[in-house]
Amino acid sequence: MTTFSDPPKASFRPSMLLSDTRYRSITFQVIALALLVTAIWYLGSNLAANLRAAGLNISFQFLGNPAGYDINQTLIPYTSQSSNLQAAWVGIINTLLVSFLACVTATIFGVIAGVLRLSNNWLVRKLMAGYVEIFRNIPVLIWILIIYTIMTAAMPAPSAFRGDDPASTMMLGSFAFTNRGVYIPGPVWGPGSMIVMATFVASVIGVFAYRRYATKLLYDTGRLLPMLWPSVAILLLPTIIMFFIMGMPIGLDYPALKGFNFRGGIQIGAPLIALWFALSIYTGAFIAENVRAGIQAVSRGQSEAAAALGLRPGRVMNLVVLPQALRVIIPPLISNYLNITKNSSLAILVGYADITATLGGITLNQTGRAIECVVLLMLFYLVISLGISMVMNVYNNATKLKER
Amino acid sequence: MSDTHAESIAFVRESSLPPAAPPDKVGGPLKWVKDNLFPTWANAILTLVALYFLYLLLAGSLPWLLNGVWSASSLSECREILDGASGACFSVLSERWHQLLFGFKYPSDQYWRPTLALVLLFLAAAPVLFIDLPRKMLLFTGLYPFLAFWLIWGGPIWGPIFALLGVVAGYIVYSRLVQKSFAMALAGGIVAAVIVWYVGGFIGEALRPASPLLEAIPSRDLGGFMLNMMLGITCVSLSLPIGIALALGRQSHLPIVKGICVVFIEFVRGVPLITLLFVANVMLAYFFPPGSGVDLFIRVVIMITMFSSAYIAEVIRGGLAALPKGQYEAADSLGLDYAQAMRLIILPQAMKISIPGIVNIAVGLFKDTTLVSVISLFDIIGMIRGPILASTDWNGVYWELFMFASLLFFIVCYGISQYSQWLERRLATDHR
Amino acid sequence: MKKTVIFGALTVAGLAAGAAGAATLDDVKARGKLNCGVTTGLAGFAAPNANGEWEGFDVAVCRAVAAAVLGDKNAVEFVPTTGKTRFTALASGEIDFLARNTTWTFSRDTDLKFDFIGVNYYDGQGFMVPKALGVSSAKDLDGATVCIQTGTTTELNLADFFRKNNISYEPVPVETNAEGQQQYLAGACDTYTTDASGLAATRATFETPGDHVLLPEIISKEPLGPLVRHGDNEWGDITRWVLNALIAAEELGITSANIEEMTGNTNNPEIARLLGTEGTLGEMIGLDNEWAKRAIMAEGNYGEIFAKNIGEETPIGLARGLNAQWTDGGLLYAPPVR
Repeated sequence: MTTFSDPPKASFRPSMLLSDTRYRSITFQVIALALLVTAIWYLGSNLAANLRAAGLNISFQFLGNPAGYDINQTLIPYTSQSSNLQAAWVGIINTLLVSFLACVTATIFGVIAGVLRLSNNWLVRKLMAGYVEIFRNIPVLIWILIIYTIMTAAMPAPSAFRGDDPASTMMLGSFAFTNRGVYIPGPVWGPGSMIVMATFVASVIGVFAYRRYATKLLYDTGRLLPMLWPSVAILLLPTIIMFFIMGMPIGLDYPALKGFNFRGGIQIGAPLIALWFALSIYTGAFIAENVRAGIQAVSRGQSEAAAALGLRPGRVMNLVVLPQALRVIIPPLISNYLNITKNSSLAILVGYADITATLGGITLNQTGRAIECVVLLMLFYLVISLGISMVMNVYNNATKLKER
Repeated sequence: MSDTHAESIAFVRESSLPPAAPPDKVGGPLKWVKDNLFPTWANAILTLVALYFLYLLLAGSLPWLLNGVWSASSLSECREILDGASGACFSVLSERWHQLLFGFKYPSDQYWRPTLALVLLFLAAAPVLFIDLPRKMLLFTGLYPFLAFWLIWGGPIWGPIFALLGVVAGYIVYSRLVQKSFAMALAGGIVAAVIVWYVGGFIGEALRPASPLLEAIPSRDLGGFMLNMMLGITCVSLSLPIGIALALGRQSHLPIVKGICVVFIEFVRGVPLITLLFVANVMLAYFFPPGSGVDLFIRVVIMITMFSSAYIAEVIRGGLAALPKGQYEAADSLGLDYAQAMRLIILPQAMKISIPGIVNIAVGLFKDTTLVSVISLFDIIGMIRGPILASTDWNGVYWELFMFASLLFFIVCYGISQYSQWLERRLATDHR
Repeated sequence: MKKTVIFGALTVAGLAAGAAGAATLDDVKARGKLNCGVTTGLAGFAAPNANGEWEGFDVAVCRAVAAAVLGDKNAVEFVPTTGKTRFTALASGEIDFLARNTTWTFSRDTDLKFDFIGVNYYDGQGFMVPKALGVSSAKDLDGATVCIQTGTTTELNLADFFRKNNISYEPVPVETNAEGQQQYLAGACDTYTTDASGLAATRATFETPGDHVLLPEIISKEPLGPLVRHGDNEWGDITRWVLNALIAAEELGITSANIEEMTGNTNNPEIARLLGTEGTLGEMIGLDNEWAKRAIMAEGNYGEIFAKNIGEETPIGLARGLNAQWTDGGLLYAPPVR
């Protein structure tokens, strides 16, 4: 027998939409949805009206038409007769190329500067602090312009290499630093070079297998195998031997001054170098701060405890401090990588043919399809960003402190 | 008693000796140098390398800096004066400083207006930045946006006045109703403000004076570093409230509201600012009603505000998530409703945690305002790359101009980050 | 009006949404200003001077239109546009009139829905090289690095030219003329290509213009003309005939100096019709009868505008060439004013 009776079931009154928590959330959501729909409808109808007034329509057919323009640095086949879509692919690959290169070098700069900021050498510490503050507090756009100007104004033009007594000479006879880019010897693939490359790939797999085996042996039996020298040997020896067995199929193609420019070898264009270097040195300053914060976040007790267990300083760093510091360092590191990718869109300043310059630049200008191009452009960056954040989330979940 | 011993002990030291200076090996500057610069072989090499690097840097830049020419009227004249010696041509700065700071179209007899607005900005920002100042000064902070708008753009004073009246009316309605229900108060406030603005628009049109007190200046004429400052300040201050709303929306339990916020935030954070500026430049005009003619400056402000509010929202969300769950539960147990709990308990604490993050975003955003030069707005970089470097007189002067721009940005950004570190220490109320 | 837009964007905009008027003329008159799109700066064609006032060949056309429509040659708001923004600016109504060295092409006229109202400068794409390079023909440029402004027809012409002649090149895209100039002078490219008029204008700003030569090949036809939105034929007519009036005025010998004198006492009926003393031509395009007189008085007739901004007396130093009157062997040929 219940002494309490349920509160009398109040019949629904309109005022309950606001005052009753059960209904209020629904009210708010309906309002939010209505506002959203109104906003979209409003913008959409404006767009439709404007397009109608201008006699335009949205169409992606231009992607299939020949682009008509040339691109200076392409990793995939492209001529001016290729389609706009192909030009966009060239741009995408160039974006990924410069982002990848900049991520690698920015990490190197950042780690060096971050570790040196904690050095006990006063001068080095202050220099690194100076580097971090100067680069963090000046816009990346200015850095790109400055470095590009250095590249074009301070480096010698190819014509300086000409003549009997040239003003500039090639470094080691095979590297040319000009204001149009850096020319380095490139490989020439002869017959049989595929076998050499296959050997190399197999060696890389072999190194991983060896390291895995060594770790397993260490955990199982406590025996410590040497790591560094065997790895290097496995990596290089078979390839070198195979290289000679096959009769040196891979040669080098040296750049040489022919006509207006250096020909042969690999050309790394000045825009790519400027963008690459500017992005990495700018983002390196941010990464340096992350690295410093990460190392400082590991409490001193950890390294002291490790030392008390008798670990050598190198092992303390490798086995105790770094794994814990990485947990702090990696999430901001990845968002810095994301920033590099997004900032690479500033390529347009130096004439590097990334996606913003091809699809969002020349194609947009030549076809006048502003809306379509910008939408596709945003879609591309969105896919990249969401992909990277997904990786980040997976990593975060994997390394989350498992509290038991 | 003491007398008896007086004879037996010949000398008693009554005060301790002053400590002697340690020998040079373990103290003093020499020791400092040894400890800090040459503790080990590797370190010594590092020091030498650093010293050599510093030498190169100074040897390269000092003669150039000190030998600068300040009074030439063109680059060729500058080179004549230098006569082959290494030296900077700072004359471009002394001749074009007004273009670098204000753009090339802002009327030169009106430069006092943005300058005054900048000075007043410090006055207005002071009570926000330094919590020890009297709270009465916040009144001026509230007035400042309208004053600054009028100072910079000029035109009839009725615009800013009615805008201000609208805000005041909205606030009055809000404060009347807020005791009853926050949502109703907010809605009432907005409605009141919009009514005043709408009516004010007509009255202002009717009262339009023949010649306004301050000459009206179209926003197309704004430029130089002033444009960067204006974009930075406007967009950060506009994006704060939007960012808070987005962060709360993303944390909320209402799926639709949460969905909208998540999509917005992730979308904006996923694309580079430059594509958003392209949108402002080439697309946004299509989304406004035909003939409304919203000018480029406002379109850019809209996009940058969207951009920074998404980032600020994420920072604040971090602050909200960092609060212990007990705070939320405590607020609930006191019987506070959602709006009260947020306003009185959660947000003040979350905002405090978020300050360093917000300042970082603000600094980043301020630096990113240089991107507007890509879409043919003449900010300081736009001025350098456009009219100044294109002119016959100064074609080829890069370092001086870029250095000047870098210096301006460095001063502002470094100043802000130093302030934020100070504030962090000041607000650190947790006891460690 | 702008304030209202700022403060009550939504409310006001909602009211205005219905009125998608196509009448540019009414808009311009209501605004009291002509919004005219120009380049961000190309000496001689459109560039702000030291006082921030726009001047140049294209600017003069804008001023003539403003004078004809609004009666005040200074009632122009110059909107600097880049190669990228110019078409959107016009299509979205941000500007009423685009005078920005824009080449009249089929797809721009049709697919992009614009109307070119005529040609104010017949141009062609050329190459500039340093004398020291020792190149005398564009066909010798095999393997050269070429600076081009992106987003222009020159980019496409260049690709076509090199493909046609089966030689290779390496493009260095630049955003603005100023940048192209820097790159070229720094030696980052062997040659700079753009419209021949632009090359001449650029070379004029060099420290030693004599060290650079323009190659003889003109690889394209570049009829540069002002344009308006497609669909508003009244506005198109007005602007078209302002341009024609300027050209006709030169042919008829009307200058800004003698125009007053000619207005009263001329026995040439064509001049009388143009200057509004005879007939009602102004009414036919929705203006008063003195429209052409004002347009010519603004900056002078076509010849005067040419001479003042880009002619041989100026640093740009362009000869009339194709841009002479048809009576002098050029291509300028204004339809009869009647």
